[in-house]
Amino acid sequence: MSVSILLFKISLLTYFAATVLYLVDIIAKREKAGRAGRWVLVGGFVLHCATLVVRYIETGYTPVSSLHESLSFSAWSLVGIYLLFDLRYRLSVIGAFITPLALVTMIFGGATVTRATQLNPMLKSWWFPVHVTLAFLGNAVFTLAAVVSVMYLIQERMLKSKKFSRLFYQLPSLSTLDQINYKCLSFGFPLMTMGIISGAVWANAAWGGYWRWDPKETWALITWFLYAALLHGRMMAGWRGRRAAIFSIVGFACLLFTFLGVNLFFAGEHSFDSLQGR
Amino acid sequence: MNIIVVGLSHKTAPVEIRERIAFAPTAMERPLHTLVNLPAVTEGIIVSTCNRVELYATSREPEVATAQLRHFLADFHQLDLAELDTHLYEYHGRDAIRHVFRVASSLDSMVIGEPQILGQIKTAYGYASEFKTSGVILNRFLHKAFSVAKRVRTETEIASNAVSVSFAAVELARKIFGTLEDKTVLLIGAGEMCELAARHFINNGVSSVLVTNRTHERAVKLAEEFNGKSILFENFTEILHRVDIVLTSTGAPNYILGAKRVEEVIKQRKRKPMFLIDIAVPRDIDPKVNDIDNAYLYDVDDLQGVVAANLKERHKEAKKAEGIIDQEIDQFYQWLTSLDIVPTIVALRKKFETIRQAELEKTFSNLKDLGKKERKAIEAMSAAIINKALHQPISALKESQNNPAGDTYLEALRTLFDLPAVSSDPEEPEGRS
Repeated sequence: MSVSILLFKISLLTYFAATVLYLVDIIAKREKAGRAGRWVLVGGFVLHCATLVVRYIETGYTPVSSLHESLSFSAWSLVGIYLLFDLRYRLSVIGAFITPLALVTMIFGGATVTRATQLNPMLKSWWFPVHVTLAFLGNAVFTLAAVVSVMYLIQERMLKSKKFSRLFYQLPSLSTLDQINYKCLSFGFPLMTMGIISGAVWANAAWGGYWRWDPKETWALITWFLYAALLHGRMMAGWRGRRAAIFSIVGFACLLFTFLGVNLFFAGEHSFDSLQGR
Repeated sequence: MNIIVVGLSHKTAPVEIRERIAFAPTAMERPLHTLVNLPAVTEGIIVSTCNRVELYATSREPEVATAQLRHFLADFHQLDLAELDTHLYEYHGRDAIRHVFRVASSLDSMVIGEPQILGQIKTAYGYASEFKTSGVILNRFLHKAFSVAKRVRTETEIASNAVSVSFAAVELARKIFGTLEDKTVLLIGAGEMCELAARHFINNGVSSVLVTNRTHERAVKLAEEFNGKSILFENFTEILHRVDIVLTSTGAPNYILGAKRVEEVIKQRKRKPMFLIDIAVPRDIDPKVNDIDNAYLYDVDDLQGVVAANLKERHKEAKKAEGIIDQEIDQFYQWLTSLDIVPTIVALRKKFETIRQAELEKTFSNLKDLGKKERKAIEAMSAAIINKALHQPISALKESQNNPAGDTYLEALRTLFDLPAVSSDPEEPEGRS
């Protein structure tokens, strides 16, 4: 087992511990568990950073090409982005929603471990890591947006129906959730846009054409338009609250399909070898 | 030494009785001194609030002291003891400790978790220490009760959710808006509950208050009171879009605010959320308003529903609090019994030592030709017999302070060896207070 895989597994276990602590916080109302969870998560994140660096040294390329690497990198981005927002908002309830997601991604990543192979020569370009990193960071931010949107909808439902479950007492205010959602959108959209543009530039260098209507590109464009519409609605028409939350969730569903669904249902330049078996 | 509680509360006595045995806070010296001058009582504290009157005391003879405390309550207020007696409860030892811990933690309050009671007990303790009627045991006891109450407050959510309609409104507003700092409240009409709610909103950071009323003078007056602005009743729908929180309680027979108007207002506000609280009966705001996106309408029943749910939550938390109290009782009780055990052991040893010395003297005066060496040997042997014989009972006694049987052992020992009643050691054996 290579060092990077070992580190990966330790990070996975650390994320598991953080998830448990966060869940204990909101289910058993133990604030201390949540605070401990935060530090465990930070520890896991540091380990995960080390995992990526070691993997880079082992393979000689940015570890975002196989399915395993992509999942690992997705979880890393999600945790990183969450911790970044946590600096500002300090809401362990969100952690209780985010950490299980990161954990599940890691578990799938652990199940798809492949030995580092020679990189497809096509991917050997300075643009490749830039494109993928931007795209993944954008994905992570939009994941967070979808999570706070789900929380918003739960909270809004309870306020409207006047029936409160225990979660009500722990969820942040509607305004905070909406604010985080907006912030995610205004960070995520530029990241996604730059991700698409860098991809196009790289495609031009690699294949001699900016846009080839590959299924992944098509779906990325659809998702991009969705988020563009939401951003426009927020800035121009004062969309907020429920409508913005629903939009964020739909956008995220598209994003998920772009990232995973397309690889499962279509063949194209963006597919992972391990899923296609070609 | 035993801790005793005698008293009555809202659970055992109607207000007609409670008001008659309440102690005036301005004149605590006389009752406190009368209390500690009771023959069987050594230390005493009087807690007197509108919901309870309780005496906390320490005594060597709990049965006698309890009777004296009952008489004291009746005599001091010139009441018939027979009438008062049916309302009084009494607790000894562990039960007394549990009772006081529960009262201080607000588990015995009419509204569980209300914070005033702790302050009231602190005040009562303040009087007792001012007039020097509390001593080593009650001082430590009350400080322990305060720290238990604090633990309960921080480790459970017994006091975290609103249990009054007006506070519930503020709490809901926080769930919608987060901070209330830059929010505007509009008061329509002037009911008492409405004013109270407005006051809570202001105390929780709301920055601007608008008031409107069918009688404009009333609006002007109220606006002045709240440092706000009055609005002509005819115009209030025009400024609604500037308002985040609406509080209504007019006597109008029909709705004064319809769903259509609110929908327009929300649009005008760029869909910023609005919280409408309708305390009027019959209602002022069309209930359909709640179906509008970003508008949240609560009427009196809704708010009362929130309060009921919160109360239920508090009762659940109270169970957790009982667990905390159980732990703390053991700790305190151990200290309390150790107060008695140490002096008893000392007295026991002293008794045996006296006997030994007397017998040695007798023996030595009979056997005059004993050498120095022999005398030493006899002395050492007699000391060893006593030590060996007492070793087992003393360790059993020390052991017994961890369980409720401790008191029985002490009693038995004192009776069997005719030990003098011990006075508590003023030095605290444990460091923490």
